[in-house]
Amino acid sequence: MRALTAALDLRRYVGRWSLRSASHAGRFWFMLVDLARGLAEWRVWFPRAIDQTYALGYGSLFIVTLVAGFAGAVTSLQAGYQFTGQLPLYVAGGIISESMILELGPVLTGLILAGRIGARYAAELGSMRVTEQIDALESLGRSPVTHLLLPRILAGIVAIPVLVMLANGFGILVGYITAQSSLGLSYADFEFGARYFFRPLDLYYSIVKSFAFATAVTVIPCYIGFNTQQGAEGVGRSTTQAVVAASVTVLMLDTILTKLILGTAQ
Amino acid sequence: MSIELKNVSKRFVDNVVLDGVNFEVKVGETVALLGPSGTGKSVLLKHIIGLIKPDSGEVWVDGLQVPLLGRKELSKLRSRIGYVFQNGALFDSMDVFENIRLGITDEALYADKDYCIQRVKECLRLVNLNEDVGRKYPSELSGGMRKRVGISRAIAGKPTYLLYDEPTSGLDPVNADVIDSLVERLQQEIGVTSVVVTHDVRGAFRVADRIALLSKAKVRAVGTAEEIIASKDPIVQQFLERDLEMAVIQAGQLTFETPARRRSGGYDITGAR
Repeated sequence: MRALTAALDLRRYVGRWSLRSASHAGRFWFMLVDLARGLAEWRVWFPRAIDQTYALGYGSLFIVTLVAGFAGAVTSLQAGYQFTGQLPLYVAGGIISESMILELGPVLTGLILAGRIGARYAAELGSMRVTEQIDALESLGRSPVTHLLLPRILAGIVAIPVLVMLANGFGILVGYITAQSSLGLSYADFEFGARYFFRPLDLYYSIVKSFAFATAVTVIPCYIGFNTQQGAEGVGRSTTQAVVAASVTVLMLDTILTKLILGTAQ
Repeated sequence: MSIELKNVSKRFVDNVVLDGVNFEVKVGETVALLGPSGTGKSVLLKHIIGLIKPDSGEVWVDGLQVPLLGRKELSKLRSRIGYVFQNGALFDSMDVFENIRLGITDEALYADKDYCIQRVKECLRLVNLNEDVGRKYPSELSGGMRKRVGISRAIAGKPTYLLYDEPTSGLDPVNADVIDSLVERLQQEIGVTSVVVTHDVRGAFRVADRIALLSKAKVRAVGTAEEIIASKDPIVQQFLERDLEMAVIQAGQLTFETPARRRSGGYDITGAR
């Protein structure tokens, strides 16, 4: 009897999970279609996208450069700890610049923004949903996707790659300064190491990753926030889900893109 | 051209909210949709504007079947309907002027700033609000003012239909009266077809040509105020008695035998001798 109940419970659980997944997939697909359609209404989203780009880009500049600076400094110190006396010093230049461009710049920026932007978008849209502001927009014959989602997503896709490039540059600069003061690495050695290990593909890989992360940290929180239910508790749940989902997606995309771009280039 | 719901049913998971509901509003008429909280009044209203689709049944507005409309047709229909939300649903990132301006659904007129300024001023005047309110943000407004700004936004696009979702809920009796007289006046001045969702019997009797009572997911009674009062249905009577009693208490006409009254020999509920 107990086994039968357990089997039925499992069946119910799987059924509910499948229905929920199918419902999410359907709603997500319709949102993407609405986003594509909304692109034609540029008069609506363009001014709002400019405001959002400023808020996202300028507002995140401090935290992104701060994190990139620390990442560059730590990479530099660890390179010194691991390689001093065993490899020529210029190798540190290659390690610092490559680590920042290939991994630390895009991924740390992606994760920071998944928290900062993901939480903000999900909470904003979730609050608008539970206070019926989204319904109000629809009732006025206006598309909430064009008015609210498209400007936010486009702002991320424009601003985040720029932030990643800034993070790369600032991280390398701080890494060099740290290496100079702690390892005594000269600028000539640093530049030689950085140039020696650099391939144009590295920058392409970094840019591709930044666009992929930008899409993840804007589209996912927008979708979750837009579909918030059940009042203030729902807004809290959406915000948490948005940050977790966006962060996990950034890490997954990191692995997939590394395999696709660097895995085939070897 | 009218609003008509035919055999509409809607359920949310296991909760049946509407069960074969039939409901009609004729042109130029004001119908109040009465009923206790949680009986699906707002859900019914959202079916009319296409914010919710029925599980079965038909929703007709202006000769169009709302659930079957495409994106553009639905948007066009919505531009002819003004919807007043329960808590105003004002956009908190915009000032009152921009909130009301968004209600101007004709894109050409929306782009004409001079027209928008005039229209927003006109709408504010219609709901007895000062022009200065236009510069304020929703967070700076009182509950009654938010409701009135919500009404302003709903009428800014000169709609043919006005749907009010609990326009007086959460307001004190004085402010509720102000909103009721506003609904009445708008009906007379701009002659729209209106549906007013409310659980305030007094307000409903005041503003509506006909009243529909929703109970347990079904329309229990429809008719004029006199017909509803004369109804023998025990559920209708129970609902009316409870709410009218509240109305009398609010009007300060009912006296209670309270300990203070017993001691002093006659205080009524309002505290007046």
